[in-house]
Amino acid sequence: MKDQRFKIAHREALIGIGLVIVNFAIWFGFAYGLGSGDPKSYTYVFGFPAWFFYSCMAGTGFMIILIWLVMKLFFKEVPFDDEEVDQ
Amino acid sequence: MHWQVIFPLLLFLVIIFGIGIWANKHIRSSNSFLQEYFLGGREMGGFILAMTMIATYGSASSFIGGPGVAYTKGLGWVLLAMAQLPAGYFVLMILGKKFAIIARRYQAITLIDFLRERYKSHTIVILSAISIIIFLFSAMMAQWVGGARLIESLTGLNYTTALFIFAISVLAYVIIGGFRAVALTDAVQGSIMVIGTVILLIGTIIAGGGIDHIMASLVAENPNLVSPFGAEGELTPLYVSTFWILIGIGVVGLPQIAVRAMSYKNSKSMHLAIIIGTIAIGTIMFGMHLIGVLARPVMPGIEIGDKVMPLLTLKVLPPFLAGVVLAAPMAATMSTVNALLMLVSSTVVKDIYLNYIKPTANDTEIKRASFIVTAVIGLAVIVFALNPPDLLVWLNLFAFGGLEAVFIWTVVLGLYWKKANKYGAIASMISGMTLYIVIDRFYPSVFGMHTVTIPIVASFFIFVIVSLLTSHKFKDEKLFI
Repeated sequence: MKDQRFKIAHREALIGIGLVIVNFAIWFGFAYGLGSGDPKSYTYVFGFPAWFFYSCMAGTGFMIILIWLVMKLFFKEVPFDDEEVDQ
Repeated sequence: MHWQVIFPLLLFLVIIFGIGIWANKHIRSSNSFLQEYFLGGREMGGFILAMTMIATYGSASSFIGGPGVAYTKGLGWVLLAMAQLPAGYFVLMILGKKFAIIARRYQAITLIDFLRERYKSHTIVILSAISIIIFLFSAMMAQWVGGARLIESLTGLNYTTALFIFAISVLAYVIIGGFRAVALTDAVQGSIMVIGTVILLIGTIIAGGGIDHIMASLVAENPNLVSPFGAEGELTPLYVSTFWILIGIGVVGLPQIAVRAMSYKNSKSMHLAIIIGTIAIGTIMFGMHLIGVLARPVMPGIEIGDKVMPLLTLKVLPPFLAGVVLAAPMAATMSTVNALLMLVSSTVVKDIYLNYIKPTANDTEIKRASFIVTAVIGLAVIVFALNPPDLLVWLNLFAFGGLEAVFIWTVVLGLYWKKANKYGAIASMISGMTLYIVIDRFYPSVFGMHTVTIPIVASFFIFVIVSLLTSHKFKDEKLFI
């Protein structure tokens, strides 16, 4: 007997790992990609250094929207109690 | 201190008490005492689940210690703090539905119930119980001391009085209200944490004359303050990246967080909690640490990091709002302590008393034992917090990263890998904690990484190798995973 709910659960756990990798890549890429030069010659976005704005602010906002989309599109509702499944 | 500042703090305590009394009614009317007292009857909805996760996770260090470090290190420390964003979604996605289904199937009330059914090993039950009791008891003591110091500095009362006020308020609602009171007060406390952060951030930006002005002052003082590398260039990309393990993904292994992943009502609650939790934790961690950096030009020359946040609040906000904002670190400390108290108490009652001392205990006896154990542990923490013993202070250093190394693979591989067995789990638990302590003591930041990195990576390989080597002993075992 293979519980179909576990297939869904396994897929969602993999999505979680994927999201963390995307999250880390955005965070790391913008922070050290834009922030490695001389701090005196940084460009600024809305008053913040560009690396900080993209990595910590826009990146976080993007992740929240991405997570919301993923929840809406890929996460399925399943019952947790075994009785509900058997019926 | 002005009474207008004290008033919101008092109001906050009154609300918290009210919730405890209300939750107690549920316990009296419930027909499954253990599940109700230690898990709130598995009825949490999305908002409460999100708030109890972030409030348990966010402690005094998010509001007091963290901003203090950001004050001296600059924007690089805010970058590091953002590694905590996964704590909002990753834990629930990884433990997720599988843990919820299996925990119900095993009728698990505690994390250890799950491990006992999964691995069928007394050694694992006892190892887990001992690590939870010892390390989280010390963590609780440290938080208790922090809470008392905070009240001391806000009200001018002496340390002992402050400790009693803090401890009695927490103990009262936890003992009578159980997990339901903890979760509901967490919802209030978590909301205060988010609201307080936003108010203080706005107040600080206004007091500093706008972001442009503040950033210009920072660059004028030391351009490194606006770089990702810290004031002295000490924050290397590798070191900062390894914090993703400690405060991001490793959080899956914290028992006080994991137990929350078996207490929610249905899939809908989980989905909602992931979104709300990520927004809330992002707001708090980003806001509070940024506040620490912005505070530098607004209030230059503060020597002790822990004083930055309280002093700044009193300076930039009117008294009543300052009271609301200062309730946030109080709330953060209380919501961490109450979760730890509940967890240690459930470990003693459910995993030790009912497993090994009196398996035949009836409902009345279980009830009495639960109330007594929770009260005795709470009072014991007070006694130790009056004069913290060196041993407990030392153990607390390992209560976060060390526990992650003990539990993360035992829980995660136990859930997802059929070949995970008790020998692998035991080897990984022992090696995880041992490596953590040894590296922390003798080779801190080995290879430029945070202490937690090697124990977590090594305990994974040890788990897998030992499980594979012993797999022939488990050929015929039937598993529910």
